[in-house]
Amino acid sequence: MTERLDGPQTPRGDDDVARGASPGPDTASQASETGAQTNETRAGESGAQTSETAETAERPAPPAQPAEPGGTHPALRDVASGDDDVTGGARPELAAGGAAPAAGGFGRSGNLGPSPKVATFFLLPAFVLLGAWVVYPIVYSIIRSLYDANGGGFVGLDNYGAIFSDSGTLTTIRNNLIWVVVAPSLVTVLGLIFAVLTERVRWATAFKLVVFMPMAVSLLASGVIFRLVYEQDPDKGVANAIITSVHDVFARSSGYPGARPRENDQAPAVVDKGAVLTRQPAQAGQPVLIPLVGMKADALPGDAAPAKQAPAAPGEITGTVWLDFTPGGGTVNQIDGTEKGLPEVTVEAVSGGAVKATATTAPDGTFRFSGLPAGAYQVRLPQSNFAQPFGGLTWLGPALITPAIIGAFIWVWAGFAMVLIAAGLSAIPRDALEAARIDGATEWQVFRRITIPLLSPVLVVVLVTMIINTLKVFDLVFVIAPGSVQPNANVIALEMWRVSFGGGGNQGLGSALAIFLLVLVLPFMIINIRRFRREQS
Amino acid sequence: MTTLTASPAGTSNSAGALRRGVLSRIIDKAGGGLVQLVLIVLALFWLLPTLGLLVVSLRADEDNNSTGWWTFFTKPAQLTFDNYSNLLASGFTASFWNTVAITVPATLLVIGFAAMAAYAFAWIEFPGRDALFMVVIALLVVPIQIALIPIAKMYGFLGIFGSIPGVVLFHVAFGLPFAIFLLRNFFVGIPKELLEAARMDGAAEWKIFATVVFPLAKPAVASLGIFQFLWVWNDLLVALVFADTEAQPMTKALQSQMRQFGTNVDILAPGAFLSLIIPLVLFFAFQRYFVQGLLAGSVK
Repeated sequence: MTERLDGPQTPRGDDDVARGASPGPDTASQASETGAQTNETRAGESGAQTSETAETAERPAPPAQPAEPGGTHPALRDVASGDDDVTGGARPELAAGGAAPAAGGFGRSGNLGPSPKVATFFLLPAFVLLGAWVVYPIVYSIIRSLYDANGGGFVGLDNYGAIFSDSGTLTTIRNNLIWVVVAPSLVTVLGLIFAVLTERVRWATAFKLVVFMPMAVSLLASGVIFRLVYEQDPDKGVANAIITSVHDVFARSSGYPGARPRENDQAPAVVDKGAVLTRQPAQAGQPVLIPLVGMKADALPGDAAPAKQAPAAPGEITGTVWLDFTPGGGTVNQIDGTEKGLPEVTVEAVSGGAVKATATTAPDGTFRFSGLPAGAYQVRLPQSNFAQPFGGLTWLGPALITPAIIGAFIWVWAGFAMVLIAAGLSAIPRDALEAARIDGATEWQVFRRITIPLLSPVLVVVLVTMIINTLKVFDLVFVIAPGSVQPNANVIALEMWRVSFGGGGNQGLGSALAIFLLVLVLPFMIINIRRFRREQS
Repeated sequence: MTTLTASPAGTSNSAGALRRGVLSRIIDKAGGGLVQLVLIVLALFWLLPTLGLLVVSLRADEDNNSTGWWTFFTKPAQLTFDNYSNLLASGFTASFWNTVAITVPATLLVIGFAAMAAYAFAWIEFPGRDALFMVVIALLVVPIQIALIPIAKMYGFLGIFGSIPGVVLFHVAFGLPFAIFLLRNFFVGIPKELLEAARMDGAAEWKIFATVVFPLAKPAVASLGIFQFLWVWNDLLVALVFADTEAQPMTKALQSQMRQFGTNVDILAPGAFLSLIIPLVLFFAFQRYFVQGLLAGSVK
């Protein structure tokens, strides 16, 4: 460690010597200032200063330093007087400070560095808290994880064994794995795309603010926001509202869910595997009647016309599909005057189990198959006519819950990635890009071969930060996943809380999970430390 | 692209480059419109969820149960402040003040303690300085979960379990590594002449810290302050474990409502929106510092 400590000192000493050559400001004016301020502060401060000086003197002599005390001293005094405006408040101590070097205070490095005991004073509050609230708990948790739920019995590594054998925690680990693999890369790629796209538009700042904003919002509020977004009912949840409207543009959804034939022996059609099938084979020249019930007249499409008996034509199978219900009367299985046909119903002519022809009903419910070869046909209304309308996706169900929460995570963090990457982009020298373009590289080549490599340190930082974040993800899962689905969406951080506080009451297992989480972030701890050491050297 | 014509390469090469230049300019024009469109759609994707929360919070319960919030675009008259007045009447304000009482001291203490430690790391030489700073860097990524059980035990022993001071101290401790890291990196960049001058004058370290370094570090302190404020204000996990009902901040109060999601949107939506107003205002007011802090210390 001493090597590292000494590293930056040598240049400082050199600097001091170098500065000695610079002309010093007027010392007379400085002296007058000093005199004016002395009375205000000296009494209060000199005591502390004296004790510091004493401590400094006690410190063992440091290794040999290149700087020469005699040369440094006047240099420093020059610098001191050069910064009157900034250090004015501290000026009265000039005399005491002057004594310090005499006691050997800065001689060691050419620096006026105070003693390590002063450092202790500055570090004490922070390190008491870090020690008691962060370091001690790590030690405690390691030990606690070796004991059972109540802490009474030593169980060795059983708690860790439980993590990897219980199917619930295995799901948890699998989910965390999905998170770590999917979420950080998506966030980084999205951030990169946003950063590149916004480089070309004038309202980039506005866009960045909008995308960045969720970072200021609590994850709980984000969770509430996405619970609303993911509501199942397309009339409430905006996600399904968008998906169903897009779906409806491409696929007609106005089927007849719930429509069915009457369930009695007189009904001419029956339900067969979800489809509606005529009981008797259809005969050419004898119109087929397919009366349906089970839906309200006002649920019919607007173009539905009063049902008509299909005109009988020789060699053709014709018929009518209609809503056989008249409020307060009407004859069952007969087309009455006010009853309406079902338009746009798909009708199939089936023979021997195979579909031979397909037709669609007119607004009055009639259909016709012409040009069928002679034979015995049954008329079938396939199941697709009666399918429930597309209601969007079950975002909060067991299957989609993790992707849904990852969606919310991306919404929260894409702005972070974008801002970091945009800063990285703006730091790339324009010359490099221009040179490549002049050499005839396409924009894609420039991006792929120059921008991305130059950007890679930033991309790594974003990726690592996001991986650490996904390992610790808690709030979003806790808030977005409904209670019944939480076992499917569970992650380690949440499981740790559930096991130890949320009703589990097993602090041994909870401690083991916490240690497991710590082990997972350990590689990134090491990466950070190595990065720091590299920057220092 | 115009510089391409001045390329020293051969004429044929230069002409080819020029042609590509023209072509890419056309593509740029058309593509520029496309980029704008894509960005507008993306911005909508990022705005809609929050807008949805705001509108839902301003609609009567029966409206929310029957139609989507987006119908307000066609029927703006349905908006009402009733949810908010009901929420405020129900005692939600107590949790708002708890949030304030937790966040403000937790932010100030972190700034103070971290600035002191960062000063020592940046400007006082002591044995093991780099090793100790590496400990700080190592603690940056320690998950909060590790401390929940031990600190709960400790608070039980000290008799502050469930109280606001306990929550505050926990936030301070876990805010310190990032805060020290951020401020130390800023302090290192302060011209050492300023400090050495003050030391030469014999100023006490404490005084140099308070009158020279700390005022110069205002941008870094602002960055740190807004980060720490947002973290603590938005925290749920620590409050969940360490704050009892008396001391619970808004996040915990709202979380306890999540279980009946669907029947109490009229409480959750305005509550969630109230909880994010102050962070949003701060964010927009100080976004410059927010971004600076992000760029300076994106390791947590």
